[in-house]
Amino acid sequence: MPDVSGTKRITDVGPHDYHDFLHPVIKNNYGKWKYHEILSPAHMVHVSEAGDKIYSVRVGSPRLVSGFFIRDLCDLADKYTGGYLRFTTRNNVEFLLDKEENIEPLMNDIKKLNLPLGGIGNVVANIVHTQGWIHCHTAASDASGVTKALMDDLYEYYIDAKLPAKVRIAFACCLNMCGAVHCSDIAVLGIHRRPPKLVPDKIINLCEIPSTIASCPTNAIRPDTYNGKPNVKLIEEACVFCGNCFTVCSGMPISDPLNDGVSIWVGGKVSNARTKPSFSKLAVPYLENDPPRWPKVVEAVKTILDAYKNGAEKGERVGEWIERIGWPKFFNITGFKFTKYHIDDFRLGEATMNYSAQVRQ
Amino acid sequence: MSKKYQTPLLDELKKGKWPSFVTEIERAAEKSEMTDDLLGQVEQSYKERMGHWKHGGMVGVKGYGGGIVGRFSDLPEKYPGVKEFHTIRINQPSGFFYTSDILRKIVDIGDKHASSLYNFHGSTGDIQMLGVKTSELETIFQQLVSFGFDLGGSGSALRTPSCCVGMARCEFANYDAMNICYNITQAFQDEMHRPIFNYKFKFKFSGCGNDCTASIARADLSVIGTWKDNIRIDQDMVKEYAKKMNLHKYVTSKCPTKCMSYGETGLKIDDSNCSKCMHCINVMPKALRPGVKGGATILLGSKAPMVSGPRLSMVLVPFYDVAEDAKNGYQWFRDLIGKIWEFWDEYGVSRERVGELIQRVGIGNFLEAIGLEPLPEMVSSPRGNPFVLYEDYVEVDGEQG
Repeated sequence: MPDVSGTKRITDVGPHDYHDFLHPVIKNNYGKWKYHEILSPAHMVHVSEAGDKIYSVRVGSPRLVSGFFIRDLCDLADKYTGGYLRFTTRNNVEFLLDKEENIEPLMNDIKKLNLPLGGIGNVVANIVHTQGWIHCHTAASDASGVTKALMDDLYEYYIDAKLPAKVRIAFACCLNMCGAVHCSDIAVLGIHRRPPKLVPDKIINLCEIPSTIASCPTNAIRPDTYNGKPNVKLIEEACVFCGNCFTVCSGMPISDPLNDGVSIWVGGKVSNARTKPSFSKLAVPYLENDPPRWPKVVEAVKTILDAYKNGAEKGERVGEWIERIGWPKFFNITGFKFTKYHIDDFRLGEATMNYSAQVRQ
Repeated sequence: MSKKYQTPLLDELKKGKWPSFVTEIERAAEKSEMTDDLLGQVEQSYKERMGHWKHGGMVGVKGYGGGIVGRFSDLPEKYPGVKEFHTIRINQPSGFFYTSDILRKIVDIGDKHASSLYNFHGSTGDIQMLGVKTSELETIFQQLVSFGFDLGGSGSALRTPSCCVGMARCEFANYDAMNICYNITQAFQDEMHRPIFNYKFKFKFSGCGNDCTASIARADLSVIGTWKDNIRIDQDMVKEYAKKMNLHKYVTSKCPTKCMSYGETGLKIDDSNCSKCMHCINVMPKALRPGVKGGATILLGSKAPMVSGPRLSMVLVPFYDVAEDAKNGYQWFRDLIGKIWEFWDEYGVSRERVGELIQRVGIGNFLEAIGLEPLPEMVSSPRGNPFVLYEDYVEVDGEQG
C-alpha cells in the first residue's frame, strides 16, 4: 500500500448522482411513461403521458471490453444521441435517442463496427457470465470463451425474435455463481468432479482452520493435527466437489484439468409473470472442457433450444414448457440421459420427488 | 505492433459473428503491455484446461477494506505483465446511465494506469477496471473520486447495490428504484467500504415483478415493485389487442389467480385477487398499466449455492410504501435493515448468509427478533406437520405459562 500520510484524500463519496447522466427527455418524463412498443428486436420506443418519445437502440457486447470499445460507443453517442447511453443488466448497450431520424444512421454505424443489433423481445438474450480463466482463481472452466462460442452459434436468435418467449442463458465458472445462473432458462455451470488435494503446510500457514471447516456444505472437512499443529482432514466420500474450501483456504486446491468441466441446467426464471420464480434443474451432469469452442456444450444448448422452439407454445418460457410436457418427455426428446445425478440428494432435496400417481404413461 | 505470443487457440475465438473478447484484449494490448501477457497466460489456460491465477491476495487503498479484488498470476516470471492484475470495482450510477463525457473520463484513467480492459458491468453491477498494479491503486482511486465515482463492495461487506432502469425509462416501475438505490448506497458507505459482516450482503431494487435485476435469486434483500389499487385498463386498446390475438389463450387463461375474464363488456379484473405477476401488462402494455398506488414487496434471503444450497428470497414485508418513506430519507427501510443486520451480527456465523441463518434459527424466531408480525402473505401454505414448538400453555393452578 503506498504511503499516503500527509496527503489530503477524499473517500466515501459514494456513487455518482445518476441525475447528471439522464437524457433531457428522460428527465422531463421521469415516472411519467405511459407505454412502450417494440419496433424491432433491436429498438423500442417509450411514450410518455405528455406524448414525448425516447427511442432505445440495443447492441450486444462481450462484456469484457477495451477502452477502444467504450470510445467507439462514446463517439456514436456523441454523433446521434447527444452523448446519452446506458447499459442493461445483461451487458447490452442502449443508445437513447429523441430523434427518430437518427435511428437508421446509428444502426448503420453500429453494423460497420460489426456489433450485433438485437436482444429485445422473444430472443436469446445476451449471456450473463462470470470471469473464468481471464481473471478468476476458482474457475473450473472459462466463461468468456464458452459465452462467445454459444453466442456465435445462437447469433440469429439474438438479432431476430423468433422464439416462443425470451430465453435467458447464463454461465458461471464455478459453484460460487457470480450472477443469477441458478434461475436461468438455460444455465451452464463450471464444475469439479474430484475432491481437493490437501497441502498441509499451506493449510497451517495460510488458512484459518475453523472457517475452512465451516466452509464445507457436507461437513466433509474435519479438525486434525499435522506435525503436532492444528490442521484439517477430508472425508473424501462426503465431498461434493463444490470448491468452497479452496475459496477460503489456498491449501485445498481443487482444479483438475482431467476432470473439470461444465454441467447444464434448464427451466429456471426470475420473473414473477404467470408462474413463480424457480431454480434451473439439472439436464446434463457433465461435459468436458473442450476449448477453444466447447462444441459439445454448444450442441447441448442448441438441442434444448431446438426442442423448446419446436415444442413450446407462444409465450411459454423453457421451464413452463417442460412443466407442461413433463420431465420424462423432456429427456426423451432431447436425448439426454436421466441418471441418479439428476435426483436431488442434498438438503431438502426429497421435496422434488413425485408424490402422486400422476404419471404420463 | 507484433504479437508477443502465438495464441492459436484464442485466435479461434476471434472468428464468428458475436463480438470477440479476444479481439478486445488485443485492442487493449495496444495501450498496455500487461495485456499482451494476459493473452499469453490465457492461451496457456486454454491449452492446459485450467486457470493460472494465484489464490486471492489482499490489496486495497488506505481506509477501505474492500472494492479491490487482488489478483496475482501463478506464472509471474513467464508473464510479468500479469504478476499483479487486480480489479478495481467502481460503483455504477443507478440504472447504468452514462454520458459519453463521463465514460471517456473513466477509460482515460484505465488506459493510462491499468490494462485498458473493463467489464461493463460485473455481475453485481460495478464497472470493473481490470489489470491494475498495486502501485497504481491510490492514483486511480483518487482520480475517480475527484469526479464523483467511488469504489464498490467486495468481501464480507455490503456489496454494491443495484437497480433496474426504473422510472427513468419504464412505465412498469411501481416505485423510484434508482432513487432508493442511490440513497441507500450513500447511507451505507461505511458498511460497503469496511467489511465487518459475517459474509456478503446484497440489495437489489426492481421496479416490478419482472425483476430485471434478478433480485429474487441473488439479493439478500430483494425489493420488488408492486401496487395496491387496480390495474389501469384502456378498454379501447384491449379491443385493439383482441383483434390481433386470442386474449383468452394468451392473456386471461395465463393469469395465475384466474382473476380476469374477457367478454362483450370488455376486460374484467378482480383486482383483489390479482397477485401482481405482470403477465397481462407485459402482453398488452398499451392497454394495461399497474395501478397508481405503487410500492414494493420486500423479500429476504436469496443466494447462490455456497454454503448450504441456493435459495430464493421470501416475502418479509408484503407492501412497503416507498414514496412515503422517501419523504423521510428512507428511514423506515434503513431501520429495518439495521434490525436485520443486528440479528445477523449477533447470531450468524462466519460465511453464513442471512438466508442461511434464518433457516438455521427458524423464521418465527427471526421475525420476532426484528419485530415483524407473521403474515399469511409470507407462506405458500401453513405448515403441514404437527411438530409445533408451543410456547403458551396453562398450569394446573390456572397460571399462564
